[in-house]
Amino acid sequence: MSLDPHPNLTSSVIFGLGWLYLIQFVMNFAWTWRSLKKGTHHRVPKFFGGGEVPVAMWWGMYTALLSMVMIAHFTGFSSPERFLIQLPGWFKFFVDSFIADAKWYFGFCVGAFGLMIWFRRVLATETAGWLMLNGGVLFLTLSLTDWDFRQIVGKPDNVPIVAMLFIVGYFTWLYFNRSNENDDRIEAGLPPKEAEDNEKVLVWPDLVYTELICMIAVTAFLFFWGVALQAPLEEPASAVKTPNPSKAPWYFLGLQEMLVYYDPWLAGVVFPSVILGGMMAIPYIDFNKRGNGYYTFNERKFAVSVFMFGFLPLWVGMIVLGTFLRGPNWNIFGIYEYWDVHKLEALNNVNLSEYFWLYGLNTAMPTPASTDSGMRILGMILLRESPGILLTLGYLIAMPSIMAMTFLKQYAFRMGFIRFMVFSNLILMMAALPIKMLLRWAFNLKYLVAVPEYFFNI
Amino acid sequence: MGSLMSVGDYIRESQIWKSVFRHPAPYDRRNRVVVMLTNFFLHLHPVSIKQNGIALSYTWCMGGITFFLFLAETITGVLLMFYYRPTLEWAFNDILALRDVTTLGVMREIHRWGAHAMVITVWLHMYRVFLTGSYKPPREFNWVVGVILLKLTLLLSFTGYLLPWDQLAIWAITVGSNMARATPFLGHEGPGFQFLNVGGYDLITNASDARFLLLGSKFVGEETLNRFYILHCVAIPLAAAGLIAIHFWRVRKDGGISQPL
Repeated sequence: MSLDPHPNLTSSVIFGLGWLYLIQFVMNFAWTWRSLKKGTHHRVPKFFGGGEVPVAMWWGMYTALLSMVMIAHFTGFSSPERFLIQLPGWFKFFVDSFIADAKWYFGFCVGAFGLMIWFRRVLATETAGWLMLNGGVLFLTLSLTDWDFRQIVGKPDNVPIVAMLFIVGYFTWLYFNRSNENDDRIEAGLPPKEAEDNEKVLVWPDLVYTELICMIAVTAFLFFWGVALQAPLEEPASAVKTPNPSKAPWYFLGLQEMLVYYDPWLAGVVFPSVILGGMMAIPYIDFNKRGNGYYTFNERKFAVSVFMFGFLPLWVGMIVLGTFLRGPNWNIFGIYEYWDVHKLEALNNVNLSEYFWLYGLNTAMPTPASTDSGMRILGMILLRESPGILLTLGYLIAMPSIMAMTFLKQYAFRMGFIRFMVFSNLILMMAALPIKMLLRWAFNLKYLVAVPEYFFNI
Repeated sequence: MGSLMSVGDYIRESQIWKSVFRHPAPYDRRNRVVVMLTNFFLHLHPVSIKQNGIALSYTWCMGGITFFLFLAETITGVLLMFYYRPTLEWAFNDILALRDVTTLGVMREIHRWGAHAMVITVWLHMYRVFLTGSYKPPREFNWVVGVILLKLTLLLSFTGYLLPWDQLAIWAITVGSNMARATPFLGHEGPGFQFLNVGGYDLITNASDARFLLLGSKFVGEETLNRFYILHCVAIPLAAAGLIAIHFWRVRKDGGISQPL
């Protein structure tokens, strides 16, 4: 009997993982079969003897490996302390030391996003999609051998988020798969695939039956999910026992994450309103007539990239960060790290006004005397915060003109004044989050404008 | 077999059947057209449609699934309302009983998972609509309606989150609603609330600000439970149902499912 209170492996965990390997085995068995039917071959490098090898062979080998791992799980579960298949410690340490840091995490998200756009041709092929799916499932399965990972991912309300990651990934892949095909066709002077063989069919039966089958499938899925996984119910509500961490519902965790960088009036009120208003404004800003009613990337690179950047790294990425990585005291923890309440992170953030007056000019901050009148107090505050106020105003007022005169000349010309102002301000607002993050990481900057007297901090 | 057929014929020839279904079964082309025009539940659809527009690889079926989940949430939600009482005394215990002893208590599981699923399917629906450029003219306004429906979906899920009245519920709502305190001018910790005062008295205090309006109290308490219950079960579903009707109507009026021009 293991005495470890947080055992990485137990009999039931090993047995349960056996089922996950079974699923992967069935998946890859089917894929091997498909590959065999298609009969595709690929060349072996000269060094290994040259010649042609059926692709199905590699998948067959992987499937066979999965079957052996699966059998090991189903037969060896009774002695977890001697079970060998689990994530090695160095790997966990490596992943944790990167991911448990907002810089690295966002760097990774944005970098992965950029690579995805850049390598969309390769990544959207069927083989690459299948490899990524296998990689994701295998990573999840192996990670589940870790006690701490199970604590976060296994929370009932977090299960939909794990599923969402795979689903969002799949649909993003599907988009690029279809848009690549259409982009090739458009380049060759053909109409998009959606325009080909597009005869009218009767809604009964063609659409009505699809809908019926969908309804039955969704109902069955919900019943299965409801029976298999119990909805969470914690202790009765208590206004005096504050949980640590206290988290908003998962779909708002991106907004809660913004609280690290911006005050509630911005992160909780202004930015959400701007997000919704900005989304409503999209059809009136986007003057590009092409790409209406079919999948394409090349015809609307800018629009798709901006929207995807907002949805994938900024929205979904921050939900993942808020859900899986934020622990007690809102500290960041690695996915294999114990949520230690006593973990300390040094916080010595400095305001821009302090940088300017104390460190830059080596003088005291302008401070109103206790006898000053209201107007003079306000004046002193404005003077104190003048560097930040000028920077912020410059960002919101000067930047649109600069954008209109330089790299967005074409846009400004085609959009007209009001449309371009709305568009550029929305883009600047969206960029405000990554900019503040960079400032925080690079300079420990707390506030650009700090007027705590009026709860006005930026 | 022959007698069974004649029973079927007898039923279909009866006055009752014919009063419900005005036309013969949709076995031939004419009646497949007629059924779409005469059936209330089907008349949301056009009679015929471009075949690539209904391909699952094009639509992802996410809008349809979202609507179906809305219906499923309504049905399971009404069933739960027969059982659940939104009071401090009973709320938690009723959910506990739904989990442990009540027949068909699984309705609560389905309701909660369906709600999570609906949030995800709404996102994916919007993702698809964006990626196919389907918000472009003439469908601009329907995208706007869709964004409002997104907001209503999130609010539905948010208000429902409180109802189990467990630790997860009240602290998630506390964290979420604390934002309202910081509303510019209208929150008692928001920038500029000091400017709204009359003769030295603040109009915006912790008992009169945006957060108080949302919670009906200075903290998440029984008034909040009542307020969120009514928002969750009556106010937001009604608003959503109305907007869904407009959304569907506009899909038809703006040219049906988007397709290459």
